[in-house]
Amino acid sequence: MPTLSAEELHERLARDLPGVVLPDTPLQVRPPPAHGPPPARRANVDPLVDPAQIVAAATYMRDTLDYAFLSDIAVVDYLLDGVFELVYRFYNVAGGPALVLKTRLPREQPEVPSLTPVWPGANFHEREAFDLYGIVFTGHPFLRRIYMWDEFEGFPMRRDFPRQGDKYIGEEE
Amino acid sequence: MLKTEELQINIGPQHPSTHGVFRMLVTVDGETIIDLKPVFGYLHRNHEQLAEQNTYLQNMPYTDRLDYFNSMANNHAYAIAVEKMVGIEVPERAEYIRVLMVELTRILNHAGALGFLINDMGMWQTQLAFGMREREKILDLFESASGARLMCNYFRFGGVARDLPPDFLPRLDDLLKAMPAFVDELERLLRDNEILVQRSAGIGILPRDLALAYSVTGPVLRGSGVGYDVRKAEPYSIYDRFDFDVPVGSVGDVYDRFLVRVEEMRQSRRIIEQIIEQLPDAQGSHINPKARQNVKPPVGDGYGRVESPKGELGFYLVSDGTTKPYRYKVRAPSFINLTPLGDMCRGYKVADVVVILGSIDIVMGEVDR
Repeated sequence: MPTLSAEELHERLARDLPGVVLPDTPLQVRPPPAHGPPPARRANVDPLVDPAQIVAAATYMRDTLDYAFLSDIAVVDYLLDGVFELVYRFYNVAGGPALVLKTRLPREQPEVPSLTPVWPGANFHEREAFDLYGIVFTGHPFLRRIYMWDEFEGFPMRRDFPRQGDKYIGEEE
Repeated sequence: MLKTEELQINIGPQHPSTHGVFRMLVTVDGETIIDLKPVFGYLHRNHEQLAEQNTYLQNMPYTDRLDYFNSMANNHAYAIAVEKMVGIEVPERAEYIRVLMVELTRILNHAGALGFLINDMGMWQTQLAFGMREREKILDLFESASGARLMCNYFRFGGVARDLPPDFLPRLDDLLKAMPAFVDELERLLRDNEILVQRSAGIGILPRDLALAYSVTGPVLRGSGVGYDVRKAEPYSIYDRFDFDVPVGSVGDVYDRFLVRVEEMRQSRRIIEQIIEQLPDAQGSHINPKARQNVKPPVGDGYGRVESPKGELGFYLVSDGTTKPYRYKVRAPSFINLTPLGDMCRGYKVADVVVILGSIDIVMGEVDR
């Protein structure tokens, strides 16, 4: 059973794909309080990949490291830092824990190359991320809303999406 | 001079064979499928954002509503994710009860799914009633343990809500005794019926490499010949203690997926027999008495996954150090298993579409979230 750890993945990526892994800064999950010590930031052990290089990094996982099973693409909105973080989760079919690649996109212009042309399993994950967070996957063959209807305005999972009083709910509710 | 042209039709959203409110946009040339696009979202309720506004424990009953056939498996995945983040230990007896419930869920799900599948092939109601009859017996057991048949809400952080009632194990014994006859009957119904074999063998083929590329999981992946099962690949809970096999298909058609499910029911029964043997010696009680239910995981992220009857079910959680999750993401197996539907249906007839969809075994509560 292969057991590649996140540290080993760091080393491999630094050796074989130089320049792909970016330096990491811990993200803020809570605003600092008026008094007292600032809250802990979210530390990260997984490699943070340059968004422009995500396709190269993902195919490296599949073809060289044999982590051929792309299980999940999750998006997390870090409003205080102004970034979206994408969490790609890969597994080896022989078994063992996951390897994770992360990438960060600016909230003003969230664009990242699509994995779907090389990895058809990413299709619905990316459409979901587009629908709920508005992340544009360039090169996706059919980037349409998947849950909300096509005319829907806004991206409901973003943390600054109005919880009340938008055009669909109305002020009175 | 005759001229033919392609035609676009909608199957669904209101259709008896789409297993919920689900639409397929089909392009046909005569009877042959040229292209198929699944369209869904009719049941979308933004489960993930609602969960961000609840505390961790308040989400436990809410996970029941994802895949409402298998509430126990959903509870299990969520409990594992939270326990990993907080570092809660689960007593041995609680682990046995958990695995027992989850394996019963697998039998229940497959009995229902195979019943619906044969229903889709045109063998109306009889087979479905057989499957539902078995399912009902297991639901009675769930009711005696958790108080509810479908929305069990039975798991807690560090164990399960209450211990097994005294008459649970004798009733379970009766159920297990009657089970082999039922599973054999179910298998014979398809295998010995020439019409049903014609409807399923060689239909909806998903080759091995395509199945992997499409990230499908569960019986769909194993039917295509990849022996990937989270219970073996990354054993969670106490699955490393049990002796069971992972059935795999060879062709990847509807027939293979059917047989994989039948065999999985037998393997689940094997696991339950081992649980009954080992349960009296298990240490601890049904819940860790030191485990707090109003948990506050440290800042960070965590992931928990299980082999749900439909495939790999995962919860990705990000904590901001408060009692509510900062991010709660569900990796729903039915949703991802729908990705290759277009490729699986291309080249087959319109009547095969409902059979192929039935063989994927989807639940819209989980697809639409």
